[in-house]
Amino acid sequence: MIINTPQVSSSASVSRLMLHVGYALVPGTLAYVWLFGVSVLIQILLACLTAVVTEAIVLVLRKRPVIKTLTDGSALLTAVLLALAIPSIAPWWVIVLGTFFAILFGKQIYGGIGYNPFNPAMLGYVMLLISFPLEMTRWPAAISLLEQVPTFQTSIDVIFNSGLGIDTISGATPLDSIKTQLRAGIDIPTTLISPQFGNLFGSLAGVGWEMVSLGFLLGGLYLLLTRRIAWQIPVAMLGAIAVLSSLFYLIDSNQYASPLLHLFGGATMLGAFFIATDPVSAATTPRGRIYYGIGIGVICYVIRTWGNYPEGLAFAVLLMNMAAPTIDHYTRPRVFGQGNG
Amino acid sequence: MNHSEPKVFDFHGGLHLEEHKSISTSRPIEVAPIPPALVLPLVQHIGNPAKPCVKVGDKVLKNQCIANISGHISAAIHASSSGTVIAIEPRSIPHPSNLDVTCIVIETDGRDIAIENKLIGNENFQSLTSNEIQQRIQGAGIVGLGGAGFPSHIKLNAEEHPVDTLILNAAECEPYISCDDMLMREHADKIINGLRIMRHALNAKDCLIGIEDNKIEAYAALQSAMRDSDNIQLVRVPTRYPAGGERQLIYSLTGKQPPSQGRPLDIGIVCHNVGTAAAIDDAITRGIPLTSRIVTITGSGIPQPRNMQVRLGTPIQFLLNHCHSLEENIGTILIGGPMMGFKLEDSRSPITKTCNCVLAIHQRDVIKPATPLPCIRCGECTDVCPVNLLPQQLYWHARAQEFDAIQDYSLFDCIECGCCDVVCPSRIPLVQYFRFAKTTIWQQERDKEKSDKARIRHELRLKRLEREKREKRERHNRKKAALKKKPDQDDDPKKAAILAAMKRVQEKKSASDTNPANTDNLSAEQQAKIDEADARRKQQNKDTTSS
Repeated sequence: MIINTPQVSSSASVSRLMLHVGYALVPGTLAYVWLFGVSVLIQILLACLTAVVTEAIVLVLRKRPVIKTLTDGSALLTAVLLALAIPSIAPWWVIVLGTFFAILFGKQIYGGIGYNPFNPAMLGYVMLLISFPLEMTRWPAAISLLEQVPTFQTSIDVIFNSGLGIDTISGATPLDSIKTQLRAGIDIPTTLISPQFGNLFGSLAGVGWEMVSLGFLLGGLYLLLTRRIAWQIPVAMLGAIAVLSSLFYLIDSNQYASPLLHLFGGATMLGAFFIATDPVSAATTPRGRIYYGIGIGVICYVIRTWGNYPEGLAFAVLLMNMAAPTIDHYTRPRVFGQGNG
Repeated sequence: MNHSEPKVFDFHGGLHLEEHKSISTSRPIEVAPIPPALVLPLVQHIGNPAKPCVKVGDKVLKNQCIANISGHISAAIHASSSGTVIAIEPRSIPHPSNLDVTCIVIETDGRDIAIENKLIGNENFQSLTSNEIQQRIQGAGIVGLGGAGFPSHIKLNAEEHPVDTLILNAAECEPYISCDDMLMREHADKIINGLRIMRHALNAKDCLIGIEDNKIEAYAALQSAMRDSDNIQLVRVPTRYPAGGERQLIYSLTGKQPPSQGRPLDIGIVCHNVGTAAAIDDAITRGIPLTSRIVTITGSGIPQPRNMQVRLGTPIQFLLNHCHSLEENIGTILIGGPMMGFKLEDSRSPITKTCNCVLAIHQRDVIKPATPLPCIRCGECTDVCPVNLLPQQLYWHARAQEFDAIQDYSLFDCIECGCCDVVCPSRIPLVQYFRFAKTTIWQQERDKEKSDKARIRHELRLKRLEREKREKRERHNRKKAALKKKPDQDDDPKKAAILAAMKRVQEKKSASDTNPANTDNLSAEQQAKIDEADARRKQQNKDTTSS
């Protein structure tokens, strides 16, 4: 059969898309480095190396083109997202193992890019969270809260030298402290002004974290405005979180955290613009994407508020990944000329 | 003319493409020279091939009918210049199937002498009935010149379904093509008069022309060709491919969607192309059949792109040479635009009624099919699909050859506009997959039909054999029984035969004596009427015999 390609030039390509998603991660990552130290860059580097090596080996074994596939950039993007999602002061083997798992079991085992039913980065994240709860819940504290600014050597030691000196740079996260305090019977307003936790909170959410979130929001808006991601998912997800958290905050602000804390704390912004929008594992119909986004927002809020984990994004994404084919099936757009219009 | 422009409805998706139209609109339409030989395919339209009515060796004149219609859905072919028929044989024609088709080949004599006008021209079309107009249009060989090639007279028949709205498609949305644009600029009067004729034939209440808002000169020309009494609405639609798709244009202008798998006629709408309107005006007003059309010769492989009025049957290579295009520079030649055009395999193929554009692309500019990556379900294709399909899902099922599922996703509503191909970041030739799925399904249906027929035939044969066997056995048994009974029956077989014959005659006689049923059980009144009529008849008979 003759292949008729439209003779119209087009700049669309997968690697270009991934590249721009990478650009969009820059502001948030810079804020992360500025406010929490360079350890996150080491994590990103480790993740990228692991991803490239893992994918290359699998591609060779599967007899697939190595260079062409690696240059689509999707493995690197998975690696960066996972590195941004885990605590930046986790030991080196955490990110290596997680990335390896994400690439191999999250992606290549299904046939590579385009065929994975789950978001690979979130699959890696959940595996790590369940297997290594201690390492996965020790978060860095904002530099402004530390007595001593951590040096590059500190970061190296923490990551490669079995957590040497980790106590000097780690601290509770806002969502985590609220959860712990609520369990101890202390309501949220009291926690916010308590001598132990009060200094964790900035004007929007956690000190430091709020700036990182704003950075990701900035990058996300860039992707939205350049139409590189579907608007439905982030809008629906953020909308669902905002509506739910506002509702419960209005009902009882002692027991339920404020909408700002939910939107700018935790992984909400990173998740809404960079993780939930992974097209391969998300719903693909325009209306389906709205339901998909709402689903993630709702599950995320439910887990944060009533579940055992302070953060529920990864579980929410994976659960909605499972629902995506069904959502697509029931949300097909009405075809031109079919039905009343 | 209506000065307040009506609301334009926005169809889903579509693309803003680089136009490349101005390169071919800077010079007026040029009449192409007569080629040494004209190649006129018998199939230049949708429907039955025309039947040749000339022989090899015959002298023909310009505008002479050389192939007649066969059946209702067909179009006649006329000689586009004078000369001698030198062959009637299969030749390659510009068609995506790349099959050879029987063509009448005329060696031209260069004198271009036209036949004494065989078609009747009539300045006053108002006096013609719809049927007469349809017949003349069919006789003039006019088909949809926008590219589809459906015989136009069929789309001027409002008997089957009343037509409220007649739409003239002046959008011409594909890049590079400008033949309709130039036709409108130079012959707007013909187009408007053709539109009046079509409206008269259809008895359509509303009349709309849809034109893309980038054609400023053409818009002005049409506007000045219209009279206030015409009551035609000239509507500008936003320049966005595929605004000129029939269904998209109908929606843009009326807000109505022709039913999926149905025709615009089902909702009382008929849509014709501007080129067709001009051809209809020529045929009805001046009696000139369709023997030429405007063709855009353009692309980076043509030094001076232009529009030409080309005699049908002119070999494309002849036109390219005329435009000083160098054969070694040309990478590919498309018939039609860059989006929906198809590759021309043999440049000796002729211009046919449906060739609106010859797009010759310089070899350095040819876009080669890229190695596709897997689909990442980004949904760009959904966003641009003017039919609101889910190309990513169609692709998935086409790859898996799940032909039931793919029809469930409305494969056959795809208009193959190519928007999804252009935006796909994985560079998947989506339309190619959809065409493949369509043709495979058609083939399967044909095969199934065939095997169904064969099965039914076989079953009927078995039944017939069974029946014959049974009948044979019964006959045999009867004979046997008769033989056995014979001695007990009448001693004289002759007498019995006579009796039987007499009985038959009796029966026949009584049957023929029976009165017609409607004169049984008559009421007194009816009887009186019949008597009266009989009497009158008698009287009449008497009168005629006496006189």
